[in-house]
Amino acid sequence: MTFPKLRLAALALVLGASPALAQDKLLNVSYDIGRELFEALNPQFQTYWQEKSGRDVTIDQSHAGSSKQARAILEGLPADVVTFNQETDVDVLAQGGMVAENWREAFPNGASPYFSLPSFLVREGNPKGIEDWDDLAREDVQPVFPNPKTSGNARYTYLAAYAYALAQNGGDHDKAQEFLGKIFANVPVFDTGGRAATQTFAEREIGDVLVTFEAETKSIAKQYADQGFVPVTPSMSLFAAFPVAVVAENAERAGSTEVATEYLNWLYTPEAQDTMAQNNYRTTDAEVTAKYAAEFPQLELVTVDDVYGGWEQVTADHFAEGGILDKVFVNR
Amino acid sequence: MTALALPHAPGQSRAVPRLLIGLAVVLTAIFVVAPLVFIFWRAFAEGWAVYVANITDPMTRHAIWLTALVAVIVVPVNIAFGIASAWAIARFRFPGRKLLMVLVEIPFSISPIIAGICYLLLYGRQGLLGPFLADHDIKIMFALPGILLVTMFVTAPFVAREVLPLMQAQGSEQEQAAVTLGARGWQVFSRVTLPNIRWALLYGAVLATARAVGEFGGVSVVSGSIRGQTNTLPLQIELMFNDLNTTGAFAAASTLTVIALVVLVVKAALESRR
Repeated sequence: MTFPKLRLAALALVLGASPALAQDKLLNVSYDIGRELFEALNPQFQTYWQEKSGRDVTIDQSHAGSSKQARAILEGLPADVVTFNQETDVDVLAQGGMVAENWREAFPNGASPYFSLPSFLVREGNPKGIEDWDDLAREDVQPVFPNPKTSGNARYTYLAAYAYALAQNGGDHDKAQEFLGKIFANVPVFDTGGRAATQTFAEREIGDVLVTFEAETKSIAKQYADQGFVPVTPSMSLFAAFPVAVVAENAERAGSTEVATEYLNWLYTPEAQDTMAQNNYRTTDAEVTAKYAAEFPQLELVTVDDVYGGWEQVTADHFAEGGILDKVFVNR
Repeated sequence: MTALALPHAPGQSRAVPRLLIGLAVVLTAIFVVAPLVFIFWRAFAEGWAVYVANITDPMTRHAIWLTALVAVIVVPVNIAFGIASAWAIARFRFPGRKLLMVLVEIPFSISPIIAGICYLLLYGRQGLLGPFLADHDIKIMFALPGILLVTMFVTAPFVAREVLPLMQAQGSEQEQAAVTLGARGWQVFSRVTLPNIRWALLYGAVLATARAVGEFGGVSVVSGSIRGQTNTLPLQIELMFNDLNTTGAFAAASTLTVIALVVLVVKAALESRR
């Protein structure tokens, strides 16, 4: 076969592969580690939508770091809905006019159908007896988490530890920073992302405790079952939203606003929530939450709004150049 | 031939060449062979059944197919561009010739991710041509054309850089002789020029194929990573790796490795017929 013929054949395949059927289509642009969750959820929604409207819907998924995804949507990635793991990345879309300004009110629970929180994963048998945030500041404990400068995941860890220290010290910021300095001094290596930190902990066997989202600690424990890692829930942590939004501009152009809205609303149904709990996320539906209560220990949960006055404020105070995070890094 | 041994300088033992050869072998084993073996070892870590399941996963299959499609489109374009630019630079004197030489090599010195971002800033929704493209409903970014453009950019120098030195070294005497004997332009090209450069051309095409198949950084910026649509094999590998699906990632990586090895074997087979 000559090259031109091969190219023709390939072109025919491309055209043949995407027949223009009269049916609903959704592109869900999502964060990098949500593949398994949505692979489980989407077929359920397809059945639901078929029964409800009598129409078929195909749901395409795109997974990458959610900041990168937000950028791509601003540059034309035709997302109908976003399901992210950083509120600030939806804010970026809102500032770009792609998502309604009041997106947090468009769906229940601050537009976060499920959530997680920074939590611990310790080595088999918990030899260092790590139970709470103050154990991470002990001199004989090496915590592993990525660099908060480059990783959104680690920013939650930082803010959770800081909120804990504030609560312990009656809101004294100097003491909280001193506490964070001690934890940072104990970190043997700052990886750039959550996946790299997981490898440092699980494969290079560095450190005593991995700090990451609770949902992650459980799937890591499952993945490395032979190492016997144990998830440990601290007494207090920070609410980590997994925000969803309809990308209004794209959905209107594609005529998919109805199915997009319905899809996100459906994420709050017991059926969908059950799948989320099975994927180690904490749920908002009361019944499902009660059903899986044994797997998700109770703890005091604070939000960025409560402790820090919102994401804009926390970014300015802590993560800006010369902010509190920089001070903690220098003084560690 | 057998009588011709390399002369030894007095006082120089055979230890030095042996040491160098040993070093080369050890380094090759560490840097090339070990990772290759490791890929297949990890891919088959959970047995054949899991491997087959990973490879036949529809999303992985689509990624393999898309990556092959990109190579099949990009490499012929690259061959045409490479011959044309090498021909122009080697055979003609014209204003801007030096500039063309530099331009051809630019992709070598620019990081692919920069190339991806440049295309994004040009063709993206907020880019220079974005509004025009949106008005005419032309999709370039986050679709096949964007992936092709970036892959063409990063592979552009391969054929030209292989063919050009050969063309310059061979000079144009044979072509001039052909013209004197009454050959027309196309005849000169297909009977004289092409046979002379075909091995360099082939080598360049092989390198371009390998690069096109493995391209990650630039494509990652413009692809949008839509599974089953614009997710190429390297992106699929990253996705699975991030997802803690290490075996799946290595299984996908093994197919990429097999493609690369097949390309190399084809090249070796063709060369042996030289």
